[in-house]
Amino acid sequence: MATAKFETPALKPFPVIPLIAEGAMAHSKPYVAPAKIQEAIGFPGELAEGWEQRAVAKMGELLGKYRSLRVYMDACVHCGACSDKCHYFLGTGDPRNMPVARQELMRGVYRRYFTFAGKHFPKLVGATDMTREVLDQWWSYYNQCSECRRCSVFCPYGIDTAEVTMAAREIMDSVGLGQKYANEIIGKVHRIGNNLGIPGPALEDTLLGLEEDTKDDTGIDVRFPLDQAGAEVLLVTPSADFFSEPHVESLIGYAKVFHAAGISWTLSSKASEAGNFGMFIGNYEQLRMIALRIREAALELGVKRIVVGECGHAWRVAYSFWNTLVGIGAGGNDPFAVQLQSQLDARYKQPTHICELTHDLIQRGALKFDKEKNDDRIITFHDSCNVARGSRMGDFPGGQFVIPREIIKAVANRFHDMAPETIHECTFCCGGGGGLLTDDLIELRVKGALPRMEALKNVVDAHGVNFMATICAICKAQFSKVLPAYGFDMGMVGGVHQLVSKAIRLGEPE
Amino acid sequence: MLSIAYAALFYVATAMLVVGLGLKVREYFRTPAPLLIPTTPAPLTRGGVALRLVREVAFFESLFKSNKWTWLFGWMFHMALALVLMRHSRYFQQPVADLIVLVQPFGTYAGFAMVAGLGGLWARRFLVDRVRYISTPSDHLHLALLVAIGATGLAMRFVAHTDIVAVKAFMLGLMRLEVLPLPADPILLVHLTLVAGLMMVFPISKLLHAPGLFFSPTRNQVDNPREARHQAAWAAALDK
Repeated sequence: MATAKFETPALKPFPVIPLIAEGAMAHSKPYVAPAKIQEAIGFPGELAEGWEQRAVAKMGELLGKYRSLRVYMDACVHCGACSDKCHYFLGTGDPRNMPVARQELMRGVYRRYFTFAGKHFPKLVGATDMTREVLDQWWSYYNQCSECRRCSVFCPYGIDTAEVTMAAREIMDSVGLGQKYANEIIGKVHRIGNNLGIPGPALEDTLLGLEEDTKDDTGIDVRFPLDQAGAEVLLVTPSADFFSEPHVESLIGYAKVFHAAGISWTLSSKASEAGNFGMFIGNYEQLRMIALRIREAALELGVKRIVVGECGHAWRVAYSFWNTLVGIGAGGNDPFAVQLQSQLDARYKQPTHICELTHDLIQRGALKFDKEKNDDRIITFHDSCNVARGSRMGDFPGGQFVIPREIIKAVANRFHDMAPETIHECTFCCGGGGGLLTDDLIELRVKGALPRMEALKNVVDAHGVNFMATICAICKAQFSKVLPAYGFDMGMVGGVHQLVSKAIRLGEPE
Repeated sequence: MLSIAYAALFYVATAMLVVGLGLKVREYFRTPAPLLIPTTPAPLTRGGVALRLVREVAFFESLFKSNKWTWLFGWMFHMALALVLMRHSRYFQQPVADLIVLVQPFGTYAGFAMVAGLGGLWARRFLVDRVRYISTPSDHLHLALLVAIGATGLAMRFVAHTDIVAVKAFMLGLMRLEVLPLPADPILLVHLTLVAGLMMVFPISKLLHAPGLFFSPTRNQVDNPREARHQAAWAAALDK
């Protein structure tokens, strides 16, 4: 089982590409979702007679709906440009974790049923029938991809393994083979409103508690409003921000920023989750239905702006997909989009990342900081994959790298970046993204964190770094868990707004 | 008889290349891209995207970021191939365009660079364990085919000359739907057969990476999701 004993890889002073170790991670498999979880979100409960034909038919459907999949099935030349880029390959040495080999698991089936060469010369081109054995490999290795898109940066044709993984998971779900962790969460977000399954009253209690804590800390009445109709800003944040450490420290940071800038804001009990696991399983309908909650909450509350908290994949979905899915954005001319877009304030980018909002306020001189309050911290910044390679902030390409770092430098004195080949667009996934943040995959998560841990170790040794800031709920949870495996303190990871929270001036206590 | 057989071969190969590629491109063109997925940082304008594609096509920008050896061999092969193809276009035109006359000396020696680049790419398939793992029989055959085309071409240029004037007359004839005599020179016949083979497998093989690049959403999309609403027809139907 996946929870069996394993060795944490040793940290090396410089990156080494491992020799391939065939089958090294073939045993890694997540728990299969029981029928109840599958059926609750519209998938068949289990694999049934004839699944092979249905899987091939689904693949045909997706090939017709997604140009990415269609082109990427044909274009690969096996050049190997991606072969040493995946953190799961670097951490495990399993050759099936090379992006090209992961894609090839689907390409074999694609060739067999959808290409001339594969139909007539299967051996020559490596075409394979859709069999139980192939499905088992899919199940293992398409659940060893965090959809971080690092491979797509280096591919000469831009082939994005995330697109292939999403399609594979969609095909598996459609024949009744779903992943328990991700699909259970999707059920919860529909039933309760957020991934953690926190009901409205509990959320209200939590927020009242945070108001008291913040008052005790600062002597100031910083509010954490919920379902406040007529507020200017609707803040949509990952539900981990309400309950988990260190996430909650950033939530306090956002509240202080709104307070100091005098912006009225609210959370929503209906849309109490920014995360959207519909992306992880590659299901467009789920992706859209989960995003619809945000649209509905915004319309009901009559807000002028929609701001998104620190969450990597949520920001990719919000920035890149919300306008497409549910019209949160600008430039729509159909009635569905106009209904919302005429309500939103067109002077602001919709949606706005909390870092864009804070950065803008800093630029305008609306926030003041006591930077020395963060002097006990020597800080580095981990670019989260979905923010780095699947979104943007600000007005220019790469703003997503500049803005969080400028915030850190505005609120703290001591900052050092990690090695250039491990940050910005080349950043490494934390090892727990893409729907893999579950204990049944802990071996994969620990090993997949290796490249980031090595880069961190280098700045720890060279500059005494003791804090790694990031803007993703999954990164924060994953690092809290795997940092100790590599001999670091779990408290080393935290949010950018955790640093903002520490240094921001709120005025005189009443 | 021989001339008729080769004329038929080239008509068939050309038809397969043009029709096959046309169908593939139409399929790529018609398949919608429902979500904006450019690999960021990405250009904010169409002009920027055009530049990004030019950098990919002319300089193999992403491959350069990935691996300098693969880039060196791959780029050398493709650029040399481009020169060689340009030089070969002289056999299909009379008079020969100035640009092609200019390219002629470079195109001649580019044949060596082409074969050397292929050699480097092929060596990686044996020497690098990761690349060896992902190499298929079809990958080796593609390389063998290209190397053989290059080698026979170089042999005719530098070792055993063929009657190139007659070859050109044959090709010009084909373009007027007229079959003129083709020299029965074995190296030439092998060269032409392999080239026709390459043309035929193009639309059903990994050689589709050439049109594929232009249709790759991670490379050809503008980064403007907040400013414009991007929807595929099948996705827009869900709003109704």
